[in-house]
Amino acid sequence: VSDPFLSTWGSLVAICGMALVTYLWRGGGYFLMGFIRPHPRLTRALVALPGAVIVATVLPIILRTGPLAAVALAVGLGVMAWRRNDLVAVAAGLATAILLRVAGLPG
Amino acid sequence: MAAGSPTDGAAGQRMNGPSAGERAIFTLGGLRQGALTALMMTPSVFVFATVVGAASAQKGLTLGEAMLMSLIVFAGASQMVALEVWPQRFDVAGILAVVGVTAIVNSRLILMSASLRLWLAGQPAGLTYAHLALLTDPNYVVYARHRHEGGRDAGVLVGSGVTLWLVWVIGTLPGHWLAGGIADPRRWALDLVMPIVFSVMATPLWRGHRETRAWLAAAAAALACHALVPGHWYIVAGALAGMLFAAFDPFVADEAEPAR
Repeated sequence: VSDPFLSTWGSLVAICGMALVTYLWRGGGYFLMGFIRPHPRLTRALVALPGAVIVATVLPIILRTGPLAAVALAVGLGVMAWRRNDLVAVAAGLATAILLRVAGLPG
Repeated sequence: MAAGSPTDGAAGQRMNGPSAGERAIFTLGGLRQGALTALMMTPSVFVFATVVGAASAQKGLTLGEAMLMSLIVFAGASQMVALEVWPQRFDVAGILAVVGVTAIVNSRLILMSASLRLWLAGQPAGLTYAHLALLTDPNYVVYARHRHEGGRDAGVLVGSGVTLWLVWVIGTLPGHWLAGGIADPRRWALDLVMPIVFSVMATPLWRGHRETRAWLAAAAAALACHALVPGHWYIVAGALAGMLFAAFDPFVADEAEPAR
């Protein structure tokens, strides 16, 4: 099924559709929360969200990449707990990954 | 909920340290602080943008289309996945596929946006709806961290968002030109910058067993969904599981809320 309009302008329509749905999500949560009375349970749920999103984003990546990524992440978190400095912790984690890869470890 | 109503403030204060629920402010200093914090993330964002630019060239998008996508969509993972299903010739089904996977991959943004009701209390609606267009995981994490540390300056959210947005759009350009001529980013561990930066930035969000339990729930749901369900549902599955567990945490009583 080929539509003459879409075969010319399809990419632009798709890009605008992507932008539209993404902005709906970006503005929509804030908008909808304007109609909801705050409840301690809801507040707790929302406060838990940043950590939950990070855990859910990062863990599958680490699992896909393998033990090397897990070691690098552990070093980064360890240094963060020790020095309380983001830059130092990130640098330590990345240096670990680079060194392990230079050493020829898979992952 | 009236943003910044007294109940809002009281609930927020009990739940989340001294600053949650307090009316947010918006200062130039906050903008600058956000921009500076985002600098730490710019190398990986730039590289990711070049990868997306290269993928869009391979899928036959013009430079203008690739730049437009980064400019108005500005959500890397969804752009990558959309390009995977990008058809050679568009029909209605193709449009639906592209917009559909974008909606799925970005569905976590609706949760993040909802939680910003707490953390943007008192901000003018017009300004808020304008800068929510720049809401992404990195600047959300920067701002969540800022709030957990007692700050309440929405400028931090916007300053980091604008910085990352500019880097994202600029990075798309060389990617489209080079179209895949990029040296192996794994060698410099660029594939691990985002996960490590996110995790390190999240460490201060951990305050005790309550977070441990909610995050374990998120981890279990995300990994199970990643293993069992094809597609890209696992982030929103983990986020929802963490929120649900936090809401119905059997170890937290509704009334006897410990001071945190």
